[in-house]
Amino acid sequence: MQPHRRYNFRNHHYAGEEGKLIPLLQQVQTEDGYLRRERLLEIEEQTGIPLTQIYGVATFYAQFRLKPVGKHIVRVCHGTACHVAGANDISAAVQKHLGVEHGETTGDRLFTIETVSCLGCCSLAPAVMVDKATHGNLSPSSTVKVLKKYQKGERS
Amino acid sequence: MTGAETRVIVGLGTCGIAAGAEDTYAAIERSLQAAPNLFRLGRTGCVGMCYQEPLVEVRAGDGRRYVYGKISADKVEKLLAAHHGGDLRPVADWLIWASDGTGSEIGYFAKQKRIVLRNCGEIDPESLDDYLQVNGYQALEAVLEKNDPEATIATITESGLRGRGGAGFLTGMKWRFTRLAQGARKFIICNADEGDPGAFMDRSVLEGDPHSVLEGMAIAGFAIGADHGYVYVRAEYPKAIERLTIAIAAAEQRGFLGDHVFGTDFSFRITLKEGAGAFVCGEETALIASIEGRRGMPRIRPPFPATKGLWESPTSINNVETFANVPWILLNSARAFNSLGTQNSKGTKVFAMAGKIRRGGLVEVPMGISIKEIIYGVCDGIKDDRKFKAVQMGGPSGGCIPSELQDTVIDYESINRTGAIMGSGGLVVMDETTCMVDVARFFLDFTQRESCGKCTFCRIGTKRMLEVLTRVTEGKGRDGDIELLEDLAARVKNSSLCGLGQTAPNPVLTTLKYFRSEYEAHITNRKCPAHHCQKLLTYTITDDCTGCLLCLKACPSGAITGKRKEKHVIDQELCTVCGECYKACNLDAIHKD
Repeated sequence: MQPHRRYNFRNHHYAGEEGKLIPLLQQVQTEDGYLRRERLLEIEEQTGIPLTQIYGVATFYAQFRLKPVGKHIVRVCHGTACHVAGANDISAAVQKHLGVEHGETTGDRLFTIETVSCLGCCSLAPAVMVDKATHGNLSPSSTVKVLKKYQKGERS
Repeated sequence: MTGAETRVIVGLGTCGIAAGAEDTYAAIERSLQAAPNLFRLGRTGCVGMCYQEPLVEVRAGDGRRYVYGKISADKVEKLLAAHHGGDLRPVADWLIWASDGTGSEIGYFAKQKRIVLRNCGEIDPESLDDYLQVNGYQALEAVLEKNDPEATIATITESGLRGRGGAGFLTGMKWRFTRLAQGARKFIICNADEGDPGAFMDRSVLEGDPHSVLEGMAIAGFAIGADHGYVYVRAEYPKAIERLTIAIAAAEQRGFLGDHVFGTDFSFRITLKEGAGAFVCGEETALIASIEGRRGMPRIRPPFPATKGLWESPTSINNVETFANVPWILLNSARAFNSLGTQNSKGTKVFAMAGKIRRGGLVEVPMGISIKEIIYGVCDGIKDDRKFKAVQMGGPSGGCIPSELQDTVIDYESINRTGAIMGSGGLVVMDETTCMVDVARFFLDFTQRESCGKCTFCRIGTKRMLEVLTRVTEGKGRDGDIELLEDLAARVKNSSLCGLGQTAPNPVLTTLKYFRSEYEAHITNRKCPAHHCQKLLTYTITDDCTGCLLCLKACPSGAITGKRKEKHVIDQELCTVCGECYKACNLDAIHKD
């Protein structure tokens, strides 16, 4: 784990602006990959927002994670169109290939797999998003191919 | 005509990129390195034909246009060679649409009327100049020149434009209420938290034509007296966020947003707010709570946001599609808009077509068109010639309209009468292989997860409904389950504060109304008529079996026995109904019932 760098939220451009909490959490998560308790304490100390409220927000929204995640986030779409097109089979293939369940991270910390309600790529169903790249028209085997590409990229 | 006037344009919306359009773009870029003066390479947003992605258009200087479908990177060389040197010889095999009326998909656009999508697929969404060339920001300029906010509101009211987010409130009226409300500051919010699974209209508009939404917001700001607007976009739409960020910066830099717009006293800033993954934030009071940095939970209305919204100030919240209509109406007159549609639903509606349909993508049709016309006339019918069973409209708040009602016309009231709702525009088409009980279960699974938990019946009632539906699909349904569902549905509907809970039972109620026999078959006969619910299936091996051993090897529970070249048998006692043998068989020799 990287050494803990103290973050000065007071100088941050969100400071003082109403409604700053969610963008602050988003930025912290972008930098650290998840929301570390130390960071949340810093936010409390520097913004005056009570820790209970910070946790209230952090646990309400699906985007925020309180646990570390893998290098790549694999989101299997379970929207209506993807469901009708066999998203369950895609999920099963991903879980089988990586050997972990949804919401878990692989042992090598390369992947965290999640489900997502809809990626909005319904006409290319079933779809999977790896980090910010969306892959469409998948089958269980082509999904595994996509994952292998990322695994291969890691070794080279 | 010189080659340099000919443009090669790649559709780079999220759908296109998912289908490999970035590779196609890179391949064209590489070919052009050798001969840079041959064509000008450009990008555009969603063209609407998602089923043909990646899409490449060759647009000649004289206005001739050729759109090609499914152009993967390996086809680029042949395509460019055909159009080499400005000699326009279309590659007929791949041509799907041409300005001379040829192409295999010409029918897709014939019945559409594009107002909201007027620029999607036409312009480069990252270029403000492209938007200016199609009369961009002229409506805002005219409105500011006239300097009469009441008249602007009157035009929007007269046009009959209703909120495209689903509820269908008259936009002009909403603006009027916000204008008349007392408050030192007022706000405009664009609701781009498109959370309905099966809907991608707003994403496509934001990715394909972000400036028209920003212009609509600025006009609304002027009309109600606001100096600040927020766009609340889902975090799941990174491309839309990227293009909006570019568009806002460009518009500010050129003075279309910011202080003293067009040199007048009107100032208007737009801030982008990224959602954090909560479906309930599509509800307006929850969305406001989220912008304010709190848990996105709805509150009791009234007071409505028009009187007390963001930071307790009067706020008008409108949908992406609503805003995209605004500049067009002001440039083309209210009359031009309200001459389209039915008595109470004017203009057009964008639908995201998905599911078991041949042409899945984005369509914009005039109100008043029938569901049948959209499915068969525009989208070419059902995939694999299967039978059309139902269409799901309005996402988790909507319902399933059966094929018997396919003559229902698209207007707010007609759709409501079926038990579904217009919603934001997701249309998921289902065929005979779709189990309606499973569809209802799918939506309840979604709403019970997304319920914010504030109202008891929404929090617990949806969970109980999901449990009932799950056991029905697993063959453990009990007598009285249908009645239990109906009872719970009524209670959840009546005792929830916001739209999420009030409409959550709709998918169950509409499937019960139109497909009750499917529920009964699951409960009484322990059968799934669509052969979808895995646990209710029985697998048997037919005489077509050649004894290839494939299914035997695939079976994880050792339930299949048989020798090579002899018909295999499934031991029903050992079978776990996992379906692996069905997938493994190449000869369709496994029968499921």
